[in-house]
Amino acid sequence: MPVAVTMPALSPTMTEGTLARWLVSEGDRVSPGDVLAEIETDKATMEVEAVDEGIVASLAVPEGTEGIEVNATILWLKAEGESAEAAPVAEAPRPVAKAPPPAKPSREASKPAPEVDYRGETVEMTVREALRDAMAEEMRRDEAVFVMGEEVAEYEGAYKVTQGLLAEFGPRRVRDTPITEHGFAGLGVGAAFGGLRPVVEFMTFNFAMQAIDQIVNSAAKTLYMSGGQMGCPIVFRGPNGAAARVAAQHSQCYASWYAHIPGLTVVSPFSAADAKGLLKAAIRNPNPVIFLENEILYGQRGAVPTDPERTVPIGRAGVLRPGRDVTIVAFSRMCAVALEAAEMLAGEGIDAEVIDLRTLRPLDRETIAASIRKTNRIVSVEEGWPVAGIGSEIAAIAMEDAFDWLDAPAMRVTGEDVPMPYAANLEALALPDAARVAAAARAVCYA
Amino acid sequence: MSRQSSKKRAGASAKRNGRAAANGAAPDSGRLLSWYRDMLLIRRFEERAGQMYGMGLIGGFCHLYIGQEAVVVGIQACLGERDSVVTGYRDHGHMLAAGMDARGVMAELTGREGGYSRGKGGSMHMFSREKNFFGGHGIVAAQVPLGVGLGFSHRYKGEDGVSVVYFGDGAANQGQVYESLNLAALWELPVLFVIENNKYGMGTAVSRAAAGSGLHARGGGFGIPGRLVDGMDVRAVHAAASEAVAEARAGRPAILEMETYRYRGHSMSDPAKYRTREEVNRMRRDRDPIERLRHVLESEGHAGADALKAIDAEVREIVSDAAQFAEQSPEPDPSELYTDVLLEA
Repeated sequence: MPVAVTMPALSPTMTEGTLARWLVSEGDRVSPGDVLAEIETDKATMEVEAVDEGIVASLAVPEGTEGIEVNATILWLKAEGESAEAAPVAEAPRPVAKAPPPAKPSREASKPAPEVDYRGETVEMTVREALRDAMAEEMRRDEAVFVMGEEVAEYEGAYKVTQGLLAEFGPRRVRDTPITEHGFAGLGVGAAFGGLRPVVEFMTFNFAMQAIDQIVNSAAKTLYMSGGQMGCPIVFRGPNGAAARVAAQHSQCYASWYAHIPGLTVVSPFSAADAKGLLKAAIRNPNPVIFLENEILYGQRGAVPTDPERTVPIGRAGVLRPGRDVTIVAFSRMCAVALEAAEMLAGEGIDAEVIDLRTLRPLDRETIAASIRKTNRIVSVEEGWPVAGIGSEIAAIAMEDAFDWLDAPAMRVTGEDVPMPYAANLEALALPDAARVAAAARAVCYA
Repeated sequence: MSRQSSKKRAGASAKRNGRAAANGAAPDSGRLLSWYRDMLLIRRFEERAGQMYGMGLIGGFCHLYIGQEAVVVGIQACLGERDSVVTGYRDHGHMLAAGMDARGVMAELTGREGGYSRGKGGSMHMFSREKNFFGGHGIVAAQVPLGVGLGFSHRYKGEDGVSVVYFGDGAANQGQVYESLNLAALWELPVLFVIENNKYGMGTAVSRAAAGSGLHARGGGFGIPGRLVDGMDVRAVHAAASEAVAEARAGRPAILEMETYRYRGHSMSDPAKYRTREEVNRMRRDRDPIERLRHVLESEGHAGADALKAIDAEVREIVSDAAQFAEQSPEPDPSELYTDVLLEA
C-alpha cells in the first residue's frame, strides 16, 4: 500500500502553507531524514523530512501551490517493487486556498475596512506586515527609535514581525537580546530616560511577567515620582492572549493587568490598518505604551493606508458594525468573534453594534456610552479572565455613564476562570466563541 | 525655581572640580579640600535629616548615608557633565555629590512643593535631568539595568559619556544584576558598576547572604574586571575610580566594590540588633572617612585650622538654610495629585 506524506503543522497556529520547492522527484529512493520539500508558512520556510523509507510514487501537489491545508496529502511513497498505480493520485485532496478551517471559523470571519473617513491610498497587507511597516517608517522618521528583543534581528522575529528591519537599519538599531526579559526591559527603560525611543519586543507577553517590575515600577511611575522630569517614551510590544494549543503558561491575556496601571497606555489593535496606525502613534507617544498584538491575527489581511504620516489616535474606539439593538464591545481577536455573533444575530432580527475598543487605557468612555444610549444594552467580550477584567470596567462605565439608558444589566463574555487547558476540546471550551456572544446578546435583549 | 538658586547653595563642588581630574596625579590641596567639604556636607545634611525625621517632618522610609561619604565623593570627582548617574534608595549623598541643591533635596524629604519631585517622590525618588542624575530607585537592584540602558543611550548617540550605577551588597545578589552585567559586557557599553558594600543588606550580614569570593569578582564570568577598594578612604576611591571610569568610557565595563560602613540603621526604623555597638564605635573611631581626610589635610599641611573651620561654617549654613527652606516650603497644591501621570502626546 502506498504511504501518504501529508502537509505538516509547523507551528501551533499554522493551518495552511505553500509548497515552495520539491527536493525529490518521482522514482527517487528516500530514507528517513531525507529532505522532501520546502514548506513556506507565514512565518518561515521549513523543510519536510521523510519519516518512512520508500520510493516516491507521485507528487500530489505541484511546486508553488499555496494554501495547502495541514494534513492534506502532498506526496505518495511506495515500497520497492510496488506499482505506482496503487497510489490513489486521483483522490489526492485538492488544495483549498484560503478556506476557513471549520473548527475556528471566527479566525477569518472578518476583514474590516480602514476607517470610513479615510480617503487616502491603501494597500492590502497582513497585520504582520503592517506592524513591520509601522516600525520601519518610524525608524526612518526618527533616529532615536530602535528595536530590540529576542530574535528580532538576524532571525527576523520569532513571528516574523521584524522581517527586513535588520537589513535596512543595521545592528545598531535592530538588536538581538539574550533571553533575559528583566534585564533588557530595564535597559530599554534606562535608554528611554536617556533620550532614546526604544521599541521592545517581547516574544510573547507571557514572558513580560519576568520584566513587569521594570514596566510598572520604573517605566510607568517615574514621571510622577520625578515631578514630571523623567519622561519614558518606550513601546513594549508583542503577541498577547491565547495562541493555539500552547497551554496555560503561554496563553494569557494581560490587557487588564496593564490597564490597571496609571502611567501606562494600553493598546490592542484588531485590523491591519489599526495595527499600523496605532503602533506609529505608540512610537511617537512620549509615554510608555503597552502594545498587545495577537498571534492568530498576524496573518490576517486588510487595506492599510500608505501615507507614512497617518497615525490612528490612541484612546478612540472604532465602530466596526453599526446597529440599533445591542452593543457588543471587544478588542483584538475577539472583534472577529463579535462580528460573527452579530451576523448570527442579524439572521434572528437582532441588530448588533460592534465596537472595537482598540485602546484599553484610556478606554473611550464616550463612544461606549453613546452606543449604550442608542441600543440600551451592552455585552463585553474578552479572552481574559472574568475577575477584575476589562469587562468589569465596561460594566462600571455602563453604570457610571449610561445607567439611565440601560434596559438590561451589562453582561460579560470572558475566558473561563481556569488556567488554559492543552486539550483541543477543553481549550475551545475555555475561550469565548460567537455562539456564547450571541447568547449573551439575546439574554440582554430578553430574546 | 528656588532650587536653581545661588552658587553658595549649590549642593557640592565635585562636578566643578571633576573636569580637572588628572588621572594618576596626586590630588592637590584644592581638590582634597573640596572633597572634605563635600563629605562634610553629606554628613551634616544626613544628621539633620535624621533629626527632622525624629521631629516628624520627614515621613516614610529614609535611608541615611552617614559613614559612606567617601564612596560617592571619590567617584563623582572622576565624572564630568556628560556622564550619568543612577542609584538605589540610599541616595541623598549621591544627589548632593552630583551637584544637586541641598534645598531641593531636603524639601523633597519633607514632601514639599520646593522638592526635586515637587513632593511626589520622597527620599527614594529624586531626579535631576540638569545634573544627569537619574534617581533614586526604590526597588532593590532595579537601577542596575536602568544604568546599563543609560550607558546604551550614550553609546547609541555617539557620545563618550559614562553611566555610573551604584548599588549595595544586598542588590548584588539580585538576578537582574547578572542580566545587566551580561548585556553591558556583550554590547561593550560604557558602564561602571559601583557596589557599595556596607556589610549589611538591611539586617543580614554579607557573609550570610552572598556566596563566593567577593562581590567584586562577580563579573568574572562575563569578563568584567573588578576591584576591591577601601571605601572609607576618599583618595583610594578616587584613584581606583579614575582608572575604572577611563576603562568604562572606552566600552569596557568595570566593577568597583567599595568596602564601606553605614553608622546608622538600614532605615530610620531599624533597631540594629544584628551588630554590636562596639563594632559601630570601632568603625567610627578608626575608619571614619571624614576624620581620616581631616588628618591628612592637617598633617600634610594642605589646610590650616582656619580653612577647615570656614568649611565647617559654610556647610552648617547650607544645611540650616536647606532645613529652613524644607520646613517653610508649602505642601504641593492638591491639583498636583493629577499632574505628571502622563506627558501630553
